[in-house]
Amino acid sequence: MPEDIVDLEIQLLLEALYQRYHYDFRHYARASLKRRLTQARDQLGFPTLSALQDRLLHDAAFLPRLLDYLTVQVSEMFRDPSYFRALRENVVPHLRTYPSLKVWVAGCSNGEELYSMAILFREEGLYDRTLFYATDINPEALAAAEAGVYPLDRVRKFTQNHQQSGGRSSLSDYYTADYGRAAFDKSLRERVVFSDHSLVTDAVFGEMHLISCRNVMIYFDRPLQDRAIGLFHDSLARKGFLGLGSKESLRFSAHAEAFAAFRPSEKIYQRRDL
Amino acid sequence: MSASPPRVVVIGASAGAVQALMAILPPLPHDYRLPILVVVHVPPDRDNVLAPLLEAKCRLTVKEAEDKEPIAGGVVYLAPPDYHLLVETNGALALSADAPVNFSRPSIDILFESAADVFSDGLVGVVLTGANQDGAAGLRAVAKAGGAAIVENPASAQASAMPQAALAATPTAAVMSLDAIASYLLSLGTER
Ligand SMILES: C[S@@+](CC[C@H](N)C(=O)[O-])C[C@H]1O[C@@H](n2cnc3c(N)ncnc32)[C@H](O)[C@@H]1O
Repeated sequence: MPEDIVDLEIQLLLEALYQRYHYDFRHYARASLKRRLTQARDQLGFPTLSALQDRLLHDAAFLPRLLDYLTVQVSEMFRDPSYFRALRENVVPHLRTYPSLKVWVAGCSNGEELYSMAILFREEGLYDRTLFYATDINPEALAAAEAGVYPLDRVRKFTQNHQQSGGRSSLSDYYTADYGRAAFDKSLRERVVFSDHSLVTDAVFGEMHLISCRNVMIYFDRPLQDRAIGLFHDSLARKGFLGLGSKESLRFSAHAEAFAAFRPSEKIYQRRDL
Repeated sequence: MSASPPRVVVIGASAGAVQALMAILPPLPHDYRLPILVVVHVPPDRDNVLAPLLEAKCRLTVKEAEDKEPIAGGVVYLAPPDYHLLVETNGALALSADAPVNFSRPSIDILFESAADVFSDGLVGVVLTGANQDGAAGLRAVAKAGGAAIVENPASAQASAMPQAALAATPTAAVMSLDAIASYLLSLGTER
């Protein structure tokens, strides 16, 4: 089938998804989205994306299956250990000066990043004064994040990352293992609010001291990245911190001036206030 | 419809990649016209040691690709470790952290397929040495879109599996030695 027809089908499908369900993927980076959509078409057994769209419009129960293709749930605990090390060594000393803290993990996927943050804050003695917000648009991912259970074979890598991030305790202090699964301690989510929130369509909901949004905006086009970064700016307290993924930066953003590069190599920025 | 002149070169390499790239890239002059996008399989935790290594031997700029970066001629862009490299519909580069493809991130197939989609017959795809199957589906997409498909001669490649798989998927691909690939690329990017 000619590629331009597939491109047209994608455009129509994204419009249908938005108008019917208010999920807005219209300004996501198209190349990888196209790959995932044609994969959905082939693996779910539709001859065309138009046929898939027909199903989507008439069967709401089909939506989660498509969302699994549209959103990328690839994560790890303490992914990029040097990022967490920089939070620990450079950001935590600033955070200590506040009597109470709010931290937002935006695009939390299945919770790996949230638990990493909660463990780091516990190790640094900040957990009890912190309220965490963990948000995502994928309801199944949010449910998994709230459950905090991971296959044990992934935990070896988590443990290695945790140590490299400067972890002061043993990761095994925070989970119980059985039947090949590691269930993370519920005390880690006592102070966590899990919530459905889209960086594309939703607004500010609180004043944060630290926002960590990693490997989410990489899937957005430039204008959409700017919207999200503007949202982060408006959500941060004075001198609040913003951490991005290792290949993301504010360099090309319309809001670049509104942030200072705090630890540029780790993509940690600080809201600039005059 | 006549074939359009090549606008972009994509290269994929795995085991033996450094030596192969060292044979191909250093001969290219500093005013080379075409952009070159490269996926090399490297371990995910490794910092990109490859870019400075190649840059030291090349007259072209060699850099790690950045997300949403516009593509410029005469620059070699390497996929960063642990990210896929793609070409966006507007011709800019994009990175993604999608799951590995063919056990690889970056994956050659992902780069080649997205580039074929955008540049169609203006693309040259080159599959070099490697011990896996990545790049085979990608090169097929390049050929299908009307681009030029080149495979390093499996008989002389350091690892033959990857060029062999590419050739099996695209039997019409041109088989070349590293030297021949080097002069072919040179002729493409320096004429007129
Ligand atoms: C690749 S994961 C990143 C997980 C984690 N932050 C990390 O870096 O390991 C991307 C996540 O972003 C979520 N996401 C995608 N679009 C979003 C949006 N508009 N608003 C909030 N989250 C979104 C996806 O559902 C997915 O869970």
